This record gives sequence, C-alpha cells and structure tokens, in this order.
Amino acid sequence: MDGLLSTSFLAALLFGAVTAAIPLLLAGLGEQMSEKAGVLNIGIEGMMIAGAYLGFVGAYYSESFWLGFLAGAAGGVAVAALMALLCVRIGLNQIVIGIALTLGLEGLTALLHHFQFSRSYPRLPAAAVTPIPLLSDIPVLGPALFRHHLIVYLAVAAVWVMIWVYRRTQLGLNLQAAGDKPAALDVAGIDVVRTRTAAVLFTGAMAGLGGAYLANVGAGLFIPFITNGAGFLGIVLAMLARGRPLWVLAGALIFGGCLSVTTAAQVAGVNIPTDLIQMLPFLAVMAMLVLFGRRASLPAALGIPYERGAR
Amino acid sequence: MTERTMDRAGTRPAIVTLEGVTKRFPGIVANDRIDLAIHAGEVHVLLGENGAGKSTLIGMLSGLQQPDAGRILVDGAEMAIRSPSHALSLGIGTVFQHNMLVPSLTVAENLALGGRWWQRPAIAELTQRVAAIAAPLGIEINLGARVSELSLGEQQQVEIVRALLRDSRLLILDEATSMLTPQGIAELGALMRRLVERGLAVVFITHKLAEAAEFGDRVSVLKLGRKVGEIPPERLRSLDQAALVEEIVAMMFGRQAGSAAVMIPPRAANDDALLEVRDLAVARTADAPGLDAISFTVGHGEILGIAGIDGNGQKQLAEALAGQRATAGGSVLLAGEALDGLDVGGRRRRGLRYLTDDRLAEGTVGTFPVSINYVLKQIGEPPFWRSGVERTGEIDARAAELTRLYDVRTPSIATPVGRLSGGNIQKVLIARELATGVRAVIFNKPTYGLDLSNTLATRERIREIASQGMAVLLISTDLEELLSMCHRIAVISQGRLAGTVRNEDSAGERVGRLMIGLAA
Repeated sequence: MDGLLSTSFLAALLFGAVTAAIPLLLAGLGEQMSEKAGVLNIGIEGMMIAGAYLGFVGAYYSESFWLGFLAGAAGGVAVAALMALLCVRIGLNQIVIGIALTLGLEGLTALLHHFQFSRSYPRLPAAAVTPIPLLSDIPVLGPALFRHHLIVYLAVAAVWVMIWVYRRTQLGLNLQAAGDKPAALDVAGIDVVRTRTAAVLFTGAMAGLGGAYLANVGAGLFIPFITNGAGFLGIVLAMLARGRPLWVLAGALIFGGCLSVTTAAQVAGVNIPTDLIQMLPFLAVMAMLVLFGRRASLPAALGIPYERGAR
Repeated sequence: MTERTMDRAGTRPAIVTLEGVTKRFPGIVANDRIDLAIHAGEVHVLLGENGAGKSTLIGMLSGLQQPDAGRILVDGAEMAIRSPSHALSLGIGTVFQHNMLVPSLTVAENLALGGRWWQRPAIAELTQRVAAIAAPLGIEINLGARVSELSLGEQQQVEIVRALLRDSRLLILDEATSMLTPQGIAELGALMRRLVERGLAVVFITHKLAEAAEFGDRVSVLKLGRKVGEIPPERLRSLDQAALVEEIVAMMFGRQAGSAAVMIPPRAANDDALLEVRDLAVARTADAPGLDAISFTVGHGEILGIAGIDGNGQKQLAEALAGQRATAGGSVLLAGEALDGLDVGGRRRRGLRYLTDDRLAEGTVGTFPVSINYVLKQIGEPPFWRSGVERTGEIDARAAELTRLYDVRTPSIATPVGRLSGGNIQKVLIARELATGVRAVIFNKPTYGLDLSNTLATRERIREIASQGMAVLLISTDLEELLSMCHRIAVISQGRLAGTVRNEDSAGERVGRLMIGLAA
C-alpha cells in the first residue's frame, strides 16, 4: 500500500488517466458533432472497434503508427458511411441501426482477427513519445502529461478547433440548425441530409481514430471487443457536455482517471476484488448522470430523420 | 424589389402563374386543377377552411413539394421549382405558418444561415443590409437577441426581413396572423401594404374572412382542393366590406351563414340543479393559477358559459370536475350525489363527461385507428372486450355506427385518428363522450382551431345536448360563442368566479366589465 503515495506511482496514475482519456475524448468530440446535427449515433461503438481493428492491422503490416491511425480513421468513416446511408438518407431508426452496426462489427472484427492471427495476439512495439521541451521536465506532471504520442496533443488541440467551428463558423451554425430545426436549414437553402452526413462521417473518423489509439498506443495489440464500451462512454460524455467541447475534455479526463485508478489499484495489489474495481468507471457514469443528467438538454430534432415537407 | 418590376408596376405583370396544378396524397386530392396568377404590387389572399389545400399549394410554390400535374410558370416561362433553395433563387420567399427560425440561435445567426459552410458568417455586412431593409418598413430588428426570447410577431418580422434579404419579389405569408395579437395583425396588414407599394407581390393565406376582406387586393377562394372563385381588384374595390364578406361566404359555403347566429335552446322551467359545485378549491402550481371557492349550479337542459381570458383557471376547473386534478376542498354533486373521491372512470360512469381542448395530445391517441379511439375510455369493458380479449367485430360495428351518426369524415375506421382534420377529430371525441349515458358535459374551448362549418356543427351539437335535458358547462374564450348559446354566463378571473350574468340584451357588455375586473 505504500506504493500508492510514491511520486512515480502518482505519475503513472496520471499518465494512465491521459492514455485512457484520449479514446473517450475522440469518441465524445465525434459524437458531439453528430448529436449537434441531430443524429443520435449509437453506432459509434462499432465505428470504434472497426477503427481499432483496421488501425492495428494497418500499423502491424505497414510498421507505421501514422498509417495505422489513417487506416483506423478510414475504418470508422466506412462504418459511418453505412450509418449515414441508412439513417440519414433513407431515414431508418437511428437506435436500431446503431445497435446493429455495433454488434455486427464487434463480431466481424473478432472473426477477422481470428482468421488472421488465430489465437496469437501479436504486439506492436511501444509507440514513440514526443516529449514537450521544458514542460516534460516538471516533476510528476512532466512525465504524466507531456510525454505522450503526438496524437495525444492533437486530440486535445481538437477541442479548441471544435470550439472555434461551433462558435465562429457558418458550418457551426448549419450543424446546430440541422439538430434544432432542420426544416429551417432546408428553407435557408442548405441540404440537411448532406450536413448530417458530413457530421456522421466526422464522427466515424474521430471514433476510428480513438479506436486505433486504444489498440495501438493504449494496449499495443488488438483483442476482440477491446473497446469495451468506450464508444458508449463517448455518447454519455457528449450528452452531458450539452454541446460544449471543453466539457467533453473534462468528462473524458474524469472517466480516464477512473479507468487508470482501476488499473493502478490492480497493479498495486490493493486487496479489493477486481470485479468491483472494474465497475468504477461505470459507477462514475451513473453518478455523473444522477448529478448532471437532469440538466442535459439535447437538440430538439435529435434522433428524428428529416423528411422535406413532412408534417 | 428589382428594377424591372418597379418599372412595370403599373402594368402588374404576373410573377408566378399556376396552370391546372394538381397534387395528390394517399386518399385525397389536395389540389385539383388550380389556376392562379400572382401579380406584382398586389396582396393576393388565398382564403379557405382547414383542409382546403392552401398549405399544399404553398408547399409547391416554395419547392417543398412537386405537382403531379399542371405547370408552374415563373415570369412566363415554365419552371419546376425543385427545392427551397431553388425557390429562393427565383425570388420566391415564404414565411411558413410554423416559423422556420432556429430557437437556440440569435437573430443574426438565423439570418446568416444558408451561407457557404466554409465561410465565416458575415454579421457586420448583415447588420447594414438588415438596417437598410427594415428601417423603411418600420421594423425594428434586434440582431443580437436569441430567437427563443422574441414574441411570435417579432419572429415573423425577422422571417419577412430574411425573405427580403434574399431579394424576394414574391413573399408568401402562410397563416401569418394565426398566432398574432390584434395589434400584431394590424401591424402586419400595414407592413403588407408597404411591401406591395414597393412593387412586391404578397400571397397572404388565411382562413379568416375579415382579414381577407381587409387586407386583400385580390381574393381567391379554395374549397376542398379546388379554386371555387376569385374576386379581382376592380370588383373588390367596388364592393363595401359587408357585401364583400357576403360574396366570399357564398363562395366558401354555397349558402349564407353567419358564424355567430344566436340560438339559445329552449328550456322547460325547472330549478333542479343537475350539476352542483360547492366551494371547489385547487392549490396553485408554479405555472397555473389555483381555484378558490368556486360555486355554481347547472340545471337540466341549461348551458352555463364560463367566460374569461385564457389561463385564469379554466383548464384547472375542467380537470378538477372531471377528476383529473386533485382538489384542495369543496365538492361536486351530480343529481344530488357527491362525486368526490371518484376517479375519472367513476365520474364518467355516473354520466359526467369532459371534452378536452387538447384533442390530439390528451383526447385521442393519434396513431391508433379511429375505431379504437371511439372506445378508448372503455378499454377492457364488455361488449368491446370479453375476458380480456378484444372483440374486433363489436368495436368495428360500433365505430361504423358512430362514424355515420356523427358524420365523421374519415377514409375508413382503420385510419389513424391523427391523420384526420381538427374538425373530424373533434367529432370523434364528441361521439365517444356523448353517445351514451350522459347527464352533464364539460366542454373546454370546443371550437378552438376549427373551421367555420365545423364550428357551427359543434355548436349545434352542444345545443342539441342541452335540449335533451343534459347540463352543459361551456368553457370558452370566445365571448360571441357564449352569447350565441348560453342561458347564463359566469366569468372566471384568477381562479375565482367574478360573477354570473343572465344572457340577456346587455349581457355582452356586463360580461366584458366583469372580465376586466369591474362590477357588472
């Protein structure tokens, strides 16, 4: 138990929190855009696992992390394109299609992985970190926060990009109108279906990237069902954030912290059953929902397919 | 607005012409061979009742729907209006009945919607252009305000300015007055006048006769999807208001009918109270006034009106009587028996019926067929259910009978009730509540949102109920309606009855005085 208080343990705990938070952050930011545009993207878990699988395979064969991320994002976009076709263009039920995509891709990726690697689980080499000069030398915080893979910094920077998009650009206005009053956007001369499709594809890219990070950097390997609900946590984050990217970041760090404590407590040999410890992030979800869920306000047209002229 | 139309304003060219335009929906022909010419410099009124096909016509002009037959000409050339953005580029701007502004965005952001997605919203340029358009029209626009904070009238002005920002030459106003105050309606009328003086064409859609007569330069009348008449400007100018209204009514109904003909059902002299309310009280809530010491009686065959400005406790009173709302004291007696403690079903079985004003949300289940909606309050009861099993045959036979008796216009009894017009949904409700075992009925705003012929039919139905000896409590915000049929009128104000007036010659004035807080 002494280990719990040492500085190196604390640094590892924080490092783990950031590592665990990044996939949630990417998924949450992606989901946020879909929801803003009025699409409840339950399929995000499927997009993540597709991203994790293709990201891993891409990195494994190309021996390049960046090509892996690219493949992961492409995998997420491919699943998102299917979702956009079915739910946005054809107007099928977003929840049913989302669940179908998630279950289907969990099974498909597990199957493909089994064909390729049978029961072996090849590992990738450890990802190269990009320490930030000066900041990375701060005790405890330096190694915890400023010695990560480059994509971690990019993901955090994406928060401010999203803030800028939502607040300052025409695209942000269009997205919000597509979610709150799609008919108003339509009569203003902007194609609602295209706007929503773009939002869903962006979600796919972010989720795919998050999945690829989870497999390649977080775990270093792909195992079936590796996302383990990370996409669903992203949905919770997006709903609690009420359209604000900074809140997604804050939420991701809280959940990431819980996940990291889970791992750290097991490593430190805390005498609590693992099953209980592994429940921690989900208890945190429930606690946050109880505390803030009531105030969550969602776009008025969320989950409703748009049909021009329908009454 | 464009130079060309300004130059030729004197000759009034047709901006848009419809020739034999037809639009069909499953089960109905919404527009049947409509011919229409819309000229610059004119307010062209499209008048028709609910379901006359006005909205469909607008849908085709604004690019939301495509005609099945016929042609639309823009500036004399045939043109398929493919989409809302195409309509805008042709200079056709529409202000829809249900506003098309995003409530969570500011006025400026709403006006900026529709720009290229990679551009930044040009708010500064917008501010100048809005000022240039709004000022001459006498409109004030607060660009920084969030739309959800504006009144409906202000939102409408924003939409009109938006249409003008896009250089519209033809402005379509769909049921633009339905949510406005009388003051707002007058302002809109003046605004339309200024717009046509600048050379625009305005199409003004309404189901209110008085507005058509007051604002129109040309009036076209639609009925059941067909254009049944048009009054051109020369003819319109030659008629006085009363003659014009009479002519339009003749087109709309093919008969002369005043909307508020006074006919109080005759009533045998008796003093027995059929429905008696003693000191009824309801606690106030955050968003609704309570009720305080409400007492009244309604005799056999009597119609007691409850007048008052909306939101003074009318809904609470109706719901407390029906058993839908907990009371804080007092009692309700039906034919001398106390109903207190009985739930909705119990009161209904004793013969107390309530017709809600919220026909779609509370009165019916929109997705259920008409047939089930007739027996909605008897679910599980014989003969429609036996041993918990639905007897489709019994229900359908009953539904067919009620549909015939109450003249419900529905494609079939299997049609979801939500697809019917407001007037027909009301008929379903009336049939369900009044077909059997009635002793006293509470009507809450029974003609609200109905067109003229359904309004008249509903009023006739209420008179019929009373002349059969039932007690009727008629809650309405339409004083003319109350004066046209009630024996007595009570005024409710802030949850209390301010007084009761016998419906005699000066009743209107006395009720009016009570409503604004003066003694009768």
